Amino acid sequence: MGTVPGTCVSADPSAAAAFADRGEAPAFREPWEAHAFAIAVTLHQRGAFTWPEWTAALAAEIAAAQHRGDADLGDTYYRHWLRALESLVARKGISSGAELARYRDAWDHAAGRTPHGRPIELRSSDFSAR
Amino acid sequence: MDLRVRALETVLAEKGYVDPAALDALVDTYQTKVGPRNGAKVVARAWTDPAFREWLLGDATAAIGSLGFSGRQGEHMVAVENTPSRHHLVVCTLCSCYPWPVLGLPPTWYKSAPYRSRVVRDPRGVLAEFGVTLPEGTEIRVLDSTAEIRYLVIPQRPAGSQGLGEEALAALVTRDSMIGAGLALAPTAAR
Repeated sequence: MGTVPGTCVSADPSAAAAFADRGEAPAFREPWEAHAFAIAVTLHQRGAFTWPEWTAALAAEIAAAQHRGDADLGDTYYRHWLRALESLVARKGISSGAELARYRDAWDHAAGRTPHGRPIELRSSDFSAR
Repeated sequence: MDLRVRALETVLAEKGYVDPAALDALVDTYQTKVGPRNGAKVVARAWTDPAFREWLLGDATAAIGSLGFSGRQGEHMVAVENTPSRHHLVVCTLCSCYPWPVLGLPPTWYKSAPYRSRVVRDPRGVLAEFGVTLPEGTEIRVLDSTAEIRYLVIPQRPAGSQGLGEEALAALVTRDSMIGAGLALAPTAAR
């Protein structure tokens, strides 16, 4: 492969960029994003859904979010990802919206009773608490 | 969000679909081991080894796999070469398909609607915002990833890089240059 004459091509790193995040930023902004990512990859690996099914579900959630007025600048990507995961898990009969809501409420209760700074652990009593 | 993910993870763990420890290990892999330095090694090899370059352009999945980079979202790789006459720029218009084994996980801008929609309509304008100005005569091809195909752009080898070893060359290869949204660094800029 030849080399590029330096005169006809330029890459100015100081140019103002509308697309921020030019550096090699961390893959995940918050731990939940990382976990949502890993859950999808694991479910696919286990054959719970195909990758085309996954990308279709994700694309549908992105379109729905844009329809709701989300500017969709990439910072909400893992929100779409999580919604896609929840909907696909329900559609595949692995769980249901109601079951996920029950567990979320239980986690919410567990978070409420756990003193600040301690790891939150889910107990069976968290399910009957409300 | 956090509680929703915890709920999902707990349900799936109780049903045997996921193992929380394995999830942690997976996260660690993508945070620390998989990233654009992998792709940079592939590009540097292609710049220095004509036989490897041919292999990469003919069967990217196998050629990349030979360097130890394979796995999820790298099963159907296609490598494209940027030349003075043709520049490739990669997007996933529908979601954010991305070649994880060679580039890691996508940057925020790659996932943003402005990039995904504008790059198709106005690739030159988008490139300008990345600080990249190509000669008028250079044809720009925008490649839309699909659920199956992932692209790796081989940027042009920069002027003044003759005589550099593979490791030094890899340091010139930026993540953005392997998406086509940037160029490889000039040897002086990398120091």
